[in-house]
Amino acid sequence: MDLVLELQGVSKHYPTHQAVNEISFAVERGAFFALLGPSGCGKTTTLRLVAGFEEATAGDISLNGRSINQLKPYERNVNTVFQNYALFPHLTVRGNVEFGLRQQGADQLAKKVRDVLDLVQLSGKDDRFPAQLSGGERQRVALARSLVLQPDVLLLDEPLAALDPNLRKQVRGELKSLQRRVGTTFLFVTHDQEEALSLSDQIAVMNKGLLEQVGTPEDVYLRPRTRFVAGFLGAVNWIDGIGVRPEATRISRTADGERCISATVRSSVFLGNCFQVETVCRDGQCVVAEVPRLDGSFAPGEPVHLWWDPADELRL
Amino acid sequence: MKRGLGLYAVAAYAFLHLPLLVLAVFSFNSSRFTIWQGWSLAWYRAALQDGQLGEAAWNSLLIAVASTVLSTVVGTLCAYGLWKRDSKLLSGSLYLSLVTPEIVTGISLLVFFQWIFRFLHVQLGMHTVILAHIAFSLSYVVIVVMARLRTFDASLEEAALDLGATEWQAFRRVTLPVLAPGIAAAALLAFTTSFDDYVITSMVAGVDSETLPMVVYAMARRGANPVLNAISTLIVAVLGSLIVLSERLRES
Amino acid sequence: MTQLRRLFLAPAGVIMGVLFLVPLAIMLAYSFLTRGAYGGVTAEVTGDNYQRVFDPLYAAILLRTFVMAGTATLGCLVLGFPLALFISRAGPRKNLYLQLVILPFWTSFLIRTYAWMFLLRDTGLINSALLAAGLVHQPLPLLYNEGAVFVGLVYGYLPFVVLPLYATLERLDKNLLEAAADLGARPWVTLTRVMIPLCAPGFRAGALLVFIPCLGAYLTPDLLGGSKTVMVGNVIQNQFTTARDWPFGSAVSLLLMAIVMVLLMLLIRRGGEKLV
Repeated sequence: MDLVLELQGVSKHYPTHQAVNEISFAVERGAFFALLGPSGCGKTTTLRLVAGFEEATAGDISLNGRSINQLKPYERNVNTVFQNYALFPHLTVRGNVEFGLRQQGADQLAKKVRDVLDLVQLSGKDDRFPAQLSGGERQRVALARSLVLQPDVLLLDEPLAALDPNLRKQVRGELKSLQRRVGTTFLFVTHDQEEALSLSDQIAVMNKGLLEQVGTPEDVYLRPRTRFVAGFLGAVNWIDGIGVRPEATRISRTADGERCISATVRSSVFLGNCFQVETVCRDGQCVVAEVPRLDGSFAPGEPVHLWWDPADELRL
Repeated sequence: MKRGLGLYAVAAYAFLHLPLLVLAVFSFNSSRFTIWQGWSLAWYRAALQDGQLGEAAWNSLLIAVASTVLSTVVGTLCAYGLWKRDSKLLSGSLYLSLVTPEIVTGISLLVFFQWIFRFLHVQLGMHTVILAHIAFSLSYVVIVVMARLRTFDASLEEAALDLGATEWQAFRRVTLPVLAPGIAAAALLAFTTSFDDYVITSMVAGVDSETLPMVVYAMARRGANPVLNAISTLIVAVLGSLIVLSERLRES
Repeated sequence: MTQLRRLFLAPAGVIMGVLFLVPLAIMLAYSFLTRGAYGGVTAEVTGDNYQRVFDPLYAAILLRTFVMAGTATLGCLVLGFPLALFISRAGPRKNLYLQLVILPFWTSFLIRTYAWMFLLRDTGLINSALLAAGLVHQPLPLLYNEGAVFVGLVYGYLPFVVLPLYATLERLDKNLLEAAADLGARPWVTLTRVMIPLCAPGFRAGALLVFIPCLGAYLTPDLLGGSKTVMVGNVIQNQFTTARDWPFGSAVSLLLMAIVMVLLMLLIRRGGEKLV
């Protein structure tokens, strides 16, 4: 495995609280890696530790096998796309994209800028100022500005959060194909599990400064290792200590098979592609099932039977 | 109520602007008394031909430029440093200097200079006035630049660092350009306060360092003088245009 | 970064230390010494200077200073609020109207004060006009009295009140005014019982910005006032020029500063907001 970034036992203490608590994970070169968790879980702090804006209180961060703990942000071959893009308002698109190259004293600036703007599909807008661009365009400038420096890892802080909700799906697809084309390792932070699931090759789920699980999207969704991961990645019904996701919970009017639980329908909400049926079991527990539309709906007060495939159980 | 408010506003603006407008109008009065007797540029001619006035104006300009440049540079750096992390002592002194009455500032500096002059063979002169002006302009500059910094997006500096700039380079290539309008506003404030200052200057000026406000004050004290109307109109016109110009520049 | 920061703060630190704090310290020392025969100070330590400040003569001047500053502040607030209200309701020309208020302030305080001399003196414009129109037979004593100083102070500091009031009015939640109307309040009631109380921070800021400079006023009473309208600032200046009593002048100065600082602390603590 070719690991471009490794964190080992990394912690960040503040006087008031501990933001990151001994987390360790490794990122493969060329991967699209997500740090997923609720706000306050430490994912942004972790990102900033890798970027160099914060100093780790303990642990080791290494890039390409070499420790970068002591290096300043401008000494690391890591670049960041900020949540609000942080484009320099007094420079044009070209000025922004060139900035890092000028610092390096690189040559062939014009060509490099042109190539990267082509890559993010912003050709012809070099002379515009950030204020004249749309939100999506600004993000592409931020991407171009960082990618032109060919970093070992590109860090993205909640890349879709600042965009219009109806733009997000489209930009998601564009980001994914961009990363495939460029081949750079992307490490991004998000609180949206749908985003993480759709974009990443690997997901690290964090909670209260701790790393709960690292794995592929299927791993963390279908085989969560903790209740937190199970609950964060999607809805779960906890029935007698066993977890079953609503889409795996089946409802039937007849009781067949031994593993049925009887319940009464409390409500049925039509969500377009499915019905969300809320039922109450004999012991008062509420169980939600997602019933495909084509299977028909259930009426409140109907007695029903719940069952599921044992393979879909989450025993935690 | 809206009409009443409008009428009131007219009266209020009249109160604010008529005194100077009246002064301007009468500066063209051919008579030296306050009865209108026709247009004349005599007073302006007298003003522009007055050698003492010319020298005083030149002194004021010199002092204003020197103190503005120095206080703007020092003040901007100071505001930036304080924005990164506050120093209670320094910001406390700056705010205190802001609320200190001019007369107290002027006198404290006079006392200070006289005390210093026991050890150095210097006298009151242009240099003491410039130093005094820097001292009181500094807090104005810091306040204005600090206000600008509060709306400055700190992630811009982080982005610059991220892209390879050192702290000093980030300050020079990103922070300063973005702050430029605020710094210009601070400089303008420092310039106009310095150019107009009478109280502090009169305390620390030497024999050779008479400024325009000092001349104006002396003339005002002596009694009715139509040349003073001309001088006043000129000064207000020049300063006024400077301000309007800077506003236009700022908006563009 | 810390080395860079220290470098940035150093020149300002030196300037403030040498040209502000040290002079104040020297004045503090002088305030406890005795005046020399030819001006200056002698090394005799005494507390007399501070005692003298409370002599009837100077206590009266202090009181007058407070009263004048207070009335000028009140005048500014009363005259400034309707103007700020007008500007905030002026629609697209708001900025222009605001600039028109600020512009005179930016020109020259000295000349603006002289303008009132030109208007108010016996041979000034107002008297000349009244005489010419036959409305009076002798010039009215409009200058060199407390009224003139009051007008001069209000004229000089009105913009300082309009700005914070305007800012507060802009930040006002319009929904609150609509809610008041919805609940049956007539415009006047909304104004007095909702809008003005909500503008309290603006009034406080404006009062601060006028009262404190007025306490230390020197030019205005000097040019527009007579011997009967002497304020603390004039007393101080006098001690360092004609009276040649530096220790006493220092004591009065420091007392004035102490009063200003106490006022600031009280007003800021009550408001809980930052000045800038």
